[in-house]
Amino acid sequence: MKAAAETYAPTTSKGVFDVERVRADFPILNRTVNGKPLIYLDNAATSQKPARVIDTLRRYYCEENSNIHRGVHYLSQKATAEYEGARKKLSSFINARTPNEIIYVRGATEGINLVAQSFVQERIRPGEEILISEMEHHSNIVPWQIVCEKTGAKLKVVPINDKGEIILEEYEKMLTPKVKFVSLVYISNSLGTVNPVRQMIEMAHAHNIPVLIDGAQAVSHSKVDVQELDCDFFVFSGHKMFGPTGIGVLYGKSEYLEKMPPYQGGGDMIKSVTFEKTVYNDLPYKFEAGTPNIAGAIGLGSAVDYLNEVDLDAVYAYEQDLLAYATEAVKNVDGLRIIGTARNKTAVISFMLEDVHPHDIGTIIDSEGVAIRTGHHCTQPVMQRFGVPATARASFALYNTKDEIDVLVKSINKAKKVFQ
Amino acid sequence: MSELKTLYQDIILDHNKSPHNFKKLDNANRHAEGYNPLCGDKYDIYLRVENDVIQDVSFEGAGCAISKASASVMSSLLKGKTKEEAEELIEVFHKLVTGDADPMEELERLGKLAAFAGVSEFPARVKCASLAWHTLRAALENKDDVVSTEK
Repeated sequence: MKAAAETYAPTTSKGVFDVERVRADFPILNRTVNGKPLIYLDNAATSQKPARVIDTLRRYYCEENSNIHRGVHYLSQKATAEYEGARKKLSSFINARTPNEIIYVRGATEGINLVAQSFVQERIRPGEEILISEMEHHSNIVPWQIVCEKTGAKLKVVPINDKGEIILEEYEKMLTPKVKFVSLVYISNSLGTVNPVRQMIEMAHAHNIPVLIDGAQAVSHSKVDVQELDCDFFVFSGHKMFGPTGIGVLYGKSEYLEKMPPYQGGGDMIKSVTFEKTVYNDLPYKFEAGTPNIAGAIGLGSAVDYLNEVDLDAVYAYEQDLLAYATEAVKNVDGLRIIGTARNKTAVISFMLEDVHPHDIGTIIDSEGVAIRTGHHCTQPVMQRFGVPATARASFALYNTKDEIDVLVKSINKAKKVFQ
Repeated sequence: MSELKTLYQDIILDHNKSPHNFKKLDNANRHAEGYNPLCGDKYDIYLRVENDVIQDVSFEGAGCAISKASASVMSSLLKGKTKEEAEELIEVFHKLVTGDADPMEELERLGKLAAFAGVSEFPARVKCASLAWHTLRAALENKDDVVSTEK
């Protein structure tokens, strides 16, 4: 186990990223799978956890476990301080104006559902439109379909080109006075495309349309500044940024959050309750009914500490290098086609192999200890757009190496051999 | 690696490469479509059933090696079988791929199907192997709608 986190510095003074030091922080990377060292390339689904996050969870349950807020005893105050301390860390992490703009949710999905129901459903009228893109995850499609069903609003989809990039000219045309809300993915989980969200937010704001950004794939790969983006809402999940599952964040501009009705009712979200009238609590508590995921929030705070120390700018540069290496390496595999070739991409390689189905690739390379995802990646419309039933997807994180990419390519070639 | 070999048996690889009865049956009187939304595998099963006996069978569609080989081997075994015999086969195949049947004991009834015994070691692939068989059941019942592995 590592100690002395204060002195931790995975980048040298010259800014060189020391991947071996980073790898030592993730205990699971020491294990083998099917007798081979684990090569974990399913980071877009969930990331692995550094020892410090695991230690934080353990320490919380061993030493501080208690319910938060209103408790006068020592443990309750300690747990409350840690829980709210994590909120402050998250607030600085994405540069919110105040920690009150950080709402704890279960994950990006719950964040989108909250905005769909408490914000959009409240104000949209029949015939008005919600705009999303063709590369959205199901979590940024279905909540809007539910709103449309209930209100008679219409869901409109901005098309993407053959590289997997949003067609901005089409987007501009679709921003008509009928559009009341725009919800966009920052980075596509199945294609790796990084969308020009800052520009797209500006374009929507020119028409006074508020925008939600799904940042689930963004926060662990590059720095996010919600004020610079000027997005109105931003959601992300803890487990994709080296934190625990079941905890995530909805960021919203106070001016909107203040006006929104609660999403769920219960304890902790009220100031006073009588059978005649209940007065709701202030932000952020208005949206946090019931005992929250206290351990998860504190664990996520620990993941933020970790990301601050590794320096996301260095991580971004390192992963871009991995992406370039992997893109070049898979070119040597005959019959391999990459799905998603945007000019601005994160380290995701979604691919098809001639004559070998993605599921068969997944099973065969798993026998070499290589974990990738195969299927539609919860983006069935993207699969339809590219005319494929499924893809195989290798998604990288800060602890992956070029040696691992070499093993990946070797394993893919092995899969081809099985089917020769 | 040894487990992997038991999954991708030669017979499975062969049927994947050159599937039997891989066409639309023009004079079919039973049909069903099977779909696995998790991986996009999709097959149409066509039957010609007369007096409760399967006179002819074919299939069309696309999917992974396991699902395609399973449909192909299945089609090669069905001709001449009564509806009841086909249903028995569905039952024993299901037991085989979920690890509830000993392939050695059932060898006589299974025949070529024994090649799919390895699937039981790969829980994520059981649905691949079963898709065609679910679809067959629907076709026998003459349910001319889409059968999903996720229903």
